[in-house]
Amino acid sequence: MSSADYKIKSYCHIRDGKVSKNGEVLFSDSSEEFSAFIKATYKHFETDYSKFFKMDNLSKLAFMGAEVLLRDTDEKNIALILSNRASSLDTDRKHQAAISKQSGAFASPAVFVYTLPNICMGEISIRHELYSENSFFIFAEFKPHLLSDYANDLLETEKANEVLCGWVDYDKGKYDAFLYVIAKKGLLPLDTGELTKLYRTK
Amino acid sequence: MNSVYLSHNNIISAYGFDSAAAVSSIKNEVSGLSLVDDSKILPNPFYSSLIPQGSLSEAFEKLNPKEAYTRLEQILLVSLADTIKKSGIELSDRVGLIVSTTKGNIDVLEDDSPFNEERAYLNELGKKIENFFGFKNEAIVLSNACVSGVLALAVAKRFIHQKRYDHVFVVAGDLVSKFILTGFNSFQALSETPCRPYCKTRAGINIGEVGCSVLVTADNTNLVDESVRIIGEASCNDANHISGPSRTGEGLYRSIVSAMNQAEIEADAIDYISAHGTATNYNDEMEAIAFNRANLQHTPLNSLKGYFGHTLGASGLLETIIGMYSLHSNTLFASLGFQELGVSKPLHIIKKTTAKESSIFLKTASGFGGCNTAAIFQKVNS
Amino acid sequence: MSELKLELKEKIIEQLNLEDVSVDEIADNDPLFGEGLGLDSIDALELIVMLDKDYGIKLADPKEGRKIFESIDTMAAYIAANRSN
Repeated sequence: MSSADYKIKSYCHIRDGKVSKNGEVLFSDSSEEFSAFIKATYKHFETDYSKFFKMDNLSKLAFMGAEVLLRDTDEKNIALILSNRASSLDTDRKHQAAISKQSGAFASPAVFVYTLPNICMGEISIRHELYSENSFFIFAEFKPHLLSDYANDLLETEKANEVLCGWVDYDKGKYDAFLYVIAKKGLLPLDTGELTKLYRTK
Repeated sequence: MNSVYLSHNNIISAYGFDSAAAVSSIKNEVSGLSLVDDSKILPNPFYSSLIPQGSLSEAFEKLNPKEAYTRLEQILLVSLADTIKKSGIELSDRVGLIVSTTKGNIDVLEDDSPFNEERAYLNELGKKIENFFGFKNEAIVLSNACVSGVLALAVAKRFIHQKRYDHVFVVAGDLVSKFILTGFNSFQALSETPCRPYCKTRAGINIGEVGCSVLVTADNTNLVDESVRIIGEASCNDANHISGPSRTGEGLYRSIVSAMNQAEIEADAIDYISAHGTATNYNDEMEAIAFNRANLQHTPLNSLKGYFGHTLGASGLLETIIGMYSLHSNTLFASLGFQELGVSKPLHIIKKTTAKESSIFLKTASGFGGCNTAAIFQKVNS
Repeated sequence: MSELKLELKEKIIEQLNLEDVSVDEIADNDPLFGEGLGLDSIDALELIVMLDKDYGIKLADPKEGRKIFESIDTMAAYIAANRSN
């Protein structure tokens, strides 16, 4: 099967107080602050996963996006290829603040562990029992063509049956997640134009 | 599938400013670790290997910089400049750039940094490197914990296989910083002495600093004596815990098996293993379990952390480059710091520099987030 | 001592992000790790930091933590005996 045959099986957006799947809004919440919004999202989807509350903002965002897309699938060989602009800077700043105090500077291991952007993929892997490949890229903006190249290779070499790709960025209170599953069967053709259009959909 | 090779390379480290300097010291079992007393990083002295600032500045000035660059940028630029020059490759739109780093310019978050916080964004770091050399393609920055350095090679191979690029330059590096050391300290993971991977008395990690770079290419006319072919690679998550390694070595075991399947080899074809061996209790134990499950307990194995410390985003690439020289010189390098096996499963630890005809080596890496990567390399010139 | 135990329960809930757990739900001799609250290795490290930061106790050997953090009872006893603030 060549890359021309792969499809976008499903996609989701989490931004501007809304969570949508395949273009349909599943949940919206008017909370101004992300932590209130994402907690409401967690509750709305009856997630029941207490570890969620230990996660940092980036991981909570990625986790809920993956939850929406992977909840009803049996497929386990799903690779994760995520990307963003801010890496784990939101949490990095917290760790930096903790160690910069003039007196009583104590680093928190629970904060430090999240000072890597790929941890969010670890959380998704644990939740959905995925022993698959994870790669986290940093770009100035969403780059569907690069993610697709990479995903194509994983699918062609049969390293994965499906690939969860996308953009999950959290920085200075602003959040933007666009995740999609690439598979052999799906709704939409896999091409850069289509992905860019979907990403930009409000 | 056409072969993908590792070719021209460079290592900037406490040992010197090229790969040969590092390799020759390692061959003589000389550690690059020393006691560093810098209260800006940690209140008490700690073991590390650092690139001397004076030599770095001198080497960097030779590149005629037109603006100010951070310490990490200088390290990456000096290393990559050497590799690009030796390769003689014109930076066309068929040439890619991958930057492997876990924290990038994290030191700019400090109050007294002369650089703006914007510089902490990893794509800014990528752009600085891309623009310095005039790459036509945007830098791809990979930040995937401590597997980044090996994973970057797999990523390069895949982009070449997908015909997006014919050549990819991979450069890797991370700083020894207060950010990192206080973090690992809070994990009770730092050793107060030079680290001892797989040893009974191991007591944790040292953090070290290097810059390294390599050309990944499909062009077999632009190779070097120590060139290798990437014959298999795979990455598998533990799906267990975000910081604690899997007790069954699940992700690492699956990565190794998958890489061997892709390379179409059995365990006994592997001559040498360059393992991760950070010298924490849990990591080394997990690796021992994974290697035994994959039937690799008799294969000569080392960790290079006793020479450089753990160089984070650079470690996978650094140790792969050393592996290339190991293969080329038919020499197994000692796993420095090891005295007595301290893991629950047998491993064949290389105790001293040993001559051995070798043509295939396995590089593994593991990191926070439950990630693991395995890559298998085959000597080109027998 | 019971004040300290209550304080510890509150701190644990807050510090370890135990959403939806109230102090009433933590019995003094409940196991904190494994079953019970199901704390993990990172939580153990956080408790070591808490001992130092809030009670001025530096553990010479982090492995001691296992015994000290068995339950609220064992934690309170250890802190009462060793605190410097």
